Amino acid sequence: MHHNVEEDRRDFLKCMAWAGTGALFAVAGGVPSSIGLDAAIAAPYRPHAKAASFTFLQLSDSHIGFNKAPNADARATFREAVAKVKTLRVQPDFIIHTGDVSQLSRDDEFDDADQILKETGLPVFFVPGEHDMLDPDGGKAFRDRFGRGTLGAGWYSFDHKGVHFVALVNVADLKPGGMGNLGAEQLQWLAADLAGRPASTPIVVFAHIPLWTVYAEWGWGTDDAAAALKLLARFGSVTVLNGHIHQITRKVEGHIAFHTARSTAFPQPAPGTAPSPGPLKVPPEQLHSMLGITDAFFVRGSDRIALIDSTLAV
Amino acid sequence: MTKAFKILAFQASTMVAGILLMSVVADMARAVPAPPGAAVSIGNFTFKAPVVTVKAGTTVTWTNGDDIPHTVVSKDGAFKSRVLDTGDRFSFTFAKPGQFGYFCSLHPHMTGTIIVKA
Repeated sequence: MHHNVEEDRRDFLKCMAWAGTGALFAVAGGVPSSIGLDAAIAAPYRPHAKAASFTFLQLSDSHIGFNKAPNADARATFREAVAKVKTLRVQPDFIIHTGDVSQLSRDDEFDDADQILKETGLPVFFVPGEHDMLDPDGGKAFRDRFGRGTLGAGWYSFDHKGVHFVALVNVADLKPGGMGNLGAEQLQWLAADLAGRPASTPIVVFAHIPLWTVYAEWGWGTDDAAAALKLLARFGSVTVLNGHIHQITRKVEGHIAFHTARSTAFPQPAPGTAPSPGPLKVPPEQLHSMLGITDAFFVRGSDRIALIDSTLAV
Repeated sequence: MTKAFKILAFQASTMVAGILLMSVVADMARAVPAPPGAAVSIGNFTFKAPVVTVKAGTTVTWTNGDDIPHTVVSKDGAFKSRVLDTGDRFSFTFAKPGQFGYFCSLHPHMTGTIIVKA
């Protein structure tokens, strides 16, 4: 029996759009489209028969240990984010955390993040943010806990149901005056990792600092990202997921869709709208609407990953 | 000597001693013109005084006034602070002349320079 994938996908997105707030980001034909809609929570559960379709979830910038305005307890908001994950009708296969797990790389911060995440019962794949590199050994504490078996500063890749996931580290060995940095060794590894994979393989790349320049004045970019993107250019579907800037930004370039997630700890100002990228001190009643999680839906055959950002406000 | 004269003499000698002492202090200040320390505050993700010139032997103290942690790391490895949370300080004494570029290893777009003169 022929199964119409596109129809299935439209149906799927319609069902997601059925209920409300939040924002759906669907990459279609190279142009991202945004539809107002609620999180997946309220949508009726309609299992998709295709075995290879799945969802995964992105958490970012939990900054466990942060306790200043506008959020006196980043642990509490991280718990809320995790509680929200548990209520999703379609449980993700796994979670990726795109860095700044902790505020100061302290053992108790890493430990609390670990304990809170364990409540999901889901596997979690990490990359470090610059806040996770502050132990005297420059990231060893993070790697010992969250990056066992990873290479170099913590990079690795894995496959899940036909999608190739690449975890990159762009917060190690940063150069004076520069932005994020991947480094020659990691780029060499990436070239070898991607070599020989068919161009039809859907790729998801995740790293802490955006892999495109969002705002150079605040260091919101990665100096040698172009070399990585060049290696990814031949693939038909590439999704790049980042954190670091505590707000949603999107961009599509060729077959590559870029997306940054909200933080679960505090928002940061839009590029250039404040004297510095420091925490945006929003009133308490606004905070939860500026924190959130990102749900990623992969539908086999569509070669597109739909990303649904939802806030902690609901 | 009358009592009044004694008092007057005492007052005069005190004054002379005071003036002498003041001039000695002034001489000392001239002899050691370098300030005991220099300060660089960190705020809005910047080193507020990006270039600071000091005499050799000066201790420079950085204080983080941001809500976000920063570090002070020299480009050539001469000094490196631990992570500075809000209100934390880091001091380094520049014994020898030279030019010392430094940056924040978390936010490397934050840079500064200490120029040390002989």
